[in-house]
Amino acid sequence: MAEPIVQVKNVTKVYKRDSMQIPVLQKLSLDVPEGEFLALMGPSGSGKTTLLNLIAGIDRPTSGSISVAGTDIATLSESSLAKWRSQHVGFVFQFYNLLPVLTAYENVELPLLLTKLSKQEKKQHVETALGVVGLADRMKHYPKQLSGGQEQRVAIARAIVTDPTIIVADEPTGDLDKKSAEDILALMEQLNKEFKKTIVMVTHDPHAAERAHKVLHLEKGELIN
Amino acid sequence: MKIPFIYTFRSLWTRKLTAMMTIAGVGLVVFVFAAVLMLAQGLKDTLVATGSSDNAILLRSSAESETLSSISRDAASILEAMPEVATGQDGKPMDSKECVVIINMNKKGSHDMGNVTVRGLSSAGLAMRPQIHMTEGRMFTPGTSELIVGNEIASRFEGAQIGGQVKFGGRMWTIVGVFDAGKTGFASELIGDVDQVMQAFNRPVYSAMIFRMKSPDDFPAIKAKVEADPRLMDLTVKREKDFYAAESQQLADFISILGTVITIIFSFGAMIGAMITMYAAVANRTVEIGTLRALGFRRRSVLGAFLTESLIIALIGGVAGLLLASSMQLVTISTLNWSSFTEIAFGFSMTPQIVASTIIFALIMGFIGGFLPAARAARLNIINALRAS
Amino acid sequence: MIFKLIVKNIFRHKLRALLTILGIAVAVMSFGLLRTIISTWYSGSNNAAPDRLITRQAVSFVFPLPLADMQQIERVPGVKAVSYENWFGGVYIDSKHFFSRFAVDADNIFTLYPEYMIPPDQLTAFKNDRDGCIIGQKLAEQYNFKIGDIIQLTGDIYPGQWQFVVRGIYKGSKPSVEETAMFFHWDYLNEYLVKNNPGRANNVGWYVVQINNPNDAAQVSAAIDNLFLNSNAETKTETEKAFAQSFVSMSSAIITSLQIVSYVIIGIIFLVLANTMVMTARERIREYAVLKTLGFTAGHLVTIIAGESLSIAIIGGAIGIILTFPICIGFGKAFAMFFPAMVMEPMTFILAGGFAIIIGILAAVFPAERAASIKIVDGLRQVG
Repeated sequence: MAEPIVQVKNVTKVYKRDSMQIPVLQKLSLDVPEGEFLALMGPSGSGKTTLLNLIAGIDRPTSGSISVAGTDIATLSESSLAKWRSQHVGFVFQFYNLLPVLTAYENVELPLLLTKLSKQEKKQHVETALGVVGLADRMKHYPKQLSGGQEQRVAIARAIVTDPTIIVADEPTGDLDKKSAEDILALMEQLNKEFKKTIVMVTHDPHAAERAHKVLHLEKGELIN
Repeated sequence: MKIPFIYTFRSLWTRKLTAMMTIAGVGLVVFVFAAVLMLAQGLKDTLVATGSSDNAILLRSSAESETLSSISRDAASILEAMPEVATGQDGKPMDSKECVVIINMNKKGSHDMGNVTVRGLSSAGLAMRPQIHMTEGRMFTPGTSELIVGNEIASRFEGAQIGGQVKFGGRMWTIVGVFDAGKTGFASELIGDVDQVMQAFNRPVYSAMIFRMKSPDDFPAIKAKVEADPRLMDLTVKREKDFYAAESQQLADFISILGTVITIIFSFGAMIGAMITMYAAVANRTVEIGTLRALGFRRRSVLGAFLTESLIIALIGGVAGLLLASSMQLVTISTLNWSSFTEIAFGFSMTPQIVASTIIFALIMGFIGGFLPAARAARLNIINALRAS
Repeated sequence: MIFKLIVKNIFRHKLRALLTILGIAVAVMSFGLLRTIISTWYSGSNNAAPDRLITRQAVSFVFPLPLADMQQIERVPGVKAVSYENWFGGVYIDSKHFFSRFAVDADNIFTLYPEYMIPPDQLTAFKNDRDGCIIGQKLAEQYNFKIGDIIQLTGDIYPGQWQFVVRGIYKGSKPSVEETAMFFHWDYLNEYLVKNNPGRANNVGWYVVQINNPNDAAQVSAAIDNLFLNSNAETKTETEKAFAQSFVSMSSAIITSLQIVSYVIIGIIFLVLANTMVMTARERIREYAVLKTLGFTAGHLVTIIAGESLSIAIIGGAIGIILTFPICIGFGKAFAMFFPAMVMEPMTFILAGGFAIIIGILAAVFPAERAASIKIVDGLRQVG
């Protein structure tokens, strides 16, 4: 079998708040095979979001190693890590986090600015991504002109436009009504089944967890069962 | 129900950096405003202190300053014979016939020149100026080419210290003493023997005569007599205080007007700064405002709370600017007084009126800057406000 | 597209952007006004011709020089022509109505001052009329004086009532040449003195000496002063520029104060812009974190913030510079007595623009540093 695309080995994360030390993850190890759709669940404070952030390279472990597609990201410098993220990670947030001054098209184009693609190529990528999420007709709209579900779809388009190695999602349906949540989850399933994207998702929502292949539970910084 | 003051105060405290920058902006404008007022006041104080309410001065009618004036010995004699003129202990009338001229001296440390007043007077003249005290050296000897120098000149001009020699009127004069004259204009003068000065400049006439009146109320009578006397044509008498006050008028006006114009323009900058800050405060606390209103606080309480915030910023800025301006009281500046065309040293004077005007100015800035944002806060629709994020 | 991002961000909060730009514009305009006041003050000395010297009494120009000195001065090698002036002073109506009044050597003085342009027929009429006078265009406009009008002065240095008939009106050859002075015959003044105060007659205030070669200024000055060393009326000769500057430097304390205040303004500009940038950056921390997540570096963020700050500073600065013109002209009109011609120097605008740019960069420092250093996870947690 091929190497797991994400390898978390003995990772500990301790937060320092003023003079207090708060341990969030304790010697956690985890492997994610390529093409997996993984859901992480647990009560609040369990460390699931922290684990997600570590895998996405937006936070560093206190000790241990994290390897994604063969690169030990814990050892990368700040600027290397930034570059790595732009090429390998697509992040979907609970509150969408689109830039309000940019249109849907421009928001999706944002990660491509860090590449050397030509204007034509960028256009192709953006239009394709927006096509996949079904919002090709709303390219020129601003976030405030879109519903919550539509905003999240634009955010997903942004997450896939660079064809990243993994997609990471933090409570992607947390702020959506039932119908929109269903649409988003269906979209994510499609990305996983049809486009073979590896997805790691943190969620509270059991319906969301159902759509994943595998569900892992965290409690007090440790994986249980 | 009024929104508690503590809400206003804590809100400001949360946005310390922004509040402090706005306060600094207001403070700077207030500093300039107060400093200008203080400078104009300082100039007035100097020239008013220079005169005494018991004294009057006889000089040429059109003369704005003593150097432009000339009076004959005869005219002086006629005036001192008047009964309203006070008599000294020696039985003689209390007056001083003086000769005032201007010389150029170089400022210390630069090639800049200044016009310095040289005043020739007699021992009677010194007696009439109780503000003058010798601090170094000695008084000049009458009948010689000796001078004493005011401390403002001694500290600023080359060769104006004890032992220094000044050349004018075809001879060398030696400085033998330094005097202190408080805040008066005499501190910017060189003083010598009137007869010597007159001889040196080949002037058979005096510049002016200062005399003591028996009572300040005698002045109108004296003035009437002088104006009626044909032998005293072209001459006039003025109260010494009024005379010196008029001498400072042009410069004081310039300082006040220019300063006020500049400060008003600046104040727009400060008000705009306050407006930006307050608009941001309102925008960031929209949910809070909605909550307060939902709880039952009325629109005008919201208006009041935000306006208060703006006024507090302005008040703190005003006090800070005022304190800074207050430190200027340690500074004296010396410059050309245009009316007399001679050097005058003066400082910054703080008065209760200036303090009051400054604080009011600061509060006005705070009010104008804060009003529109506070009005916006008050006008927010509760539902929309609660939904904002 | 970073540029597009910057532009769109500037006007995200239209009111705030507008107020900031306005605040900066007002401050830049004040800076321009103050510096123009200062440069106008100095401009008198800038008008001085390099080939003119002023010879005055060494003790103080308040004291006169004998007319007899003129012959000796004319004979000094390097001297092309000599003329003379007396400061008359006096009062027109009252002390508020101040303008310069000179008794001059009517035959020669205007040859030495070619920057005063007088129609030849008017000049001739003036020369032929003992009690005639020539006045500047701006002065004529201010008081509505026309050729043939009588100007009445009350003398102070030279007591008495004096009347002069306007025979000519001069214009300046350049905008910076003042047009507010009054010139009449020295002979007219002297006649009166000979009759009424002979002790004061036959004296001039100062000599205007035109030299052949401006490079000889120092030599000729020394030569002239040498002639009168140890006499009753020692002279001091210097270039006209130095003479004019010596007047300006007497008010150096005031000028320095104005300069200090002009720098205070820069401080205010900074505070207004920095305030806005800090607030703006604080509100957008989450966005900056998102951009970092996408892979944008600290360098990118600094560029975005600095770009915004700089753009606002430049727009505000440009408006401020444009507004400086009308405000200086208005100020000059209101204070015509003190500032006959407001002289706006290119340096003022260069400085204003330069400061706007520097402020634009400085105001971005703190917020940019904050945005660059914030941890992504902390930034994402922030509520706008």
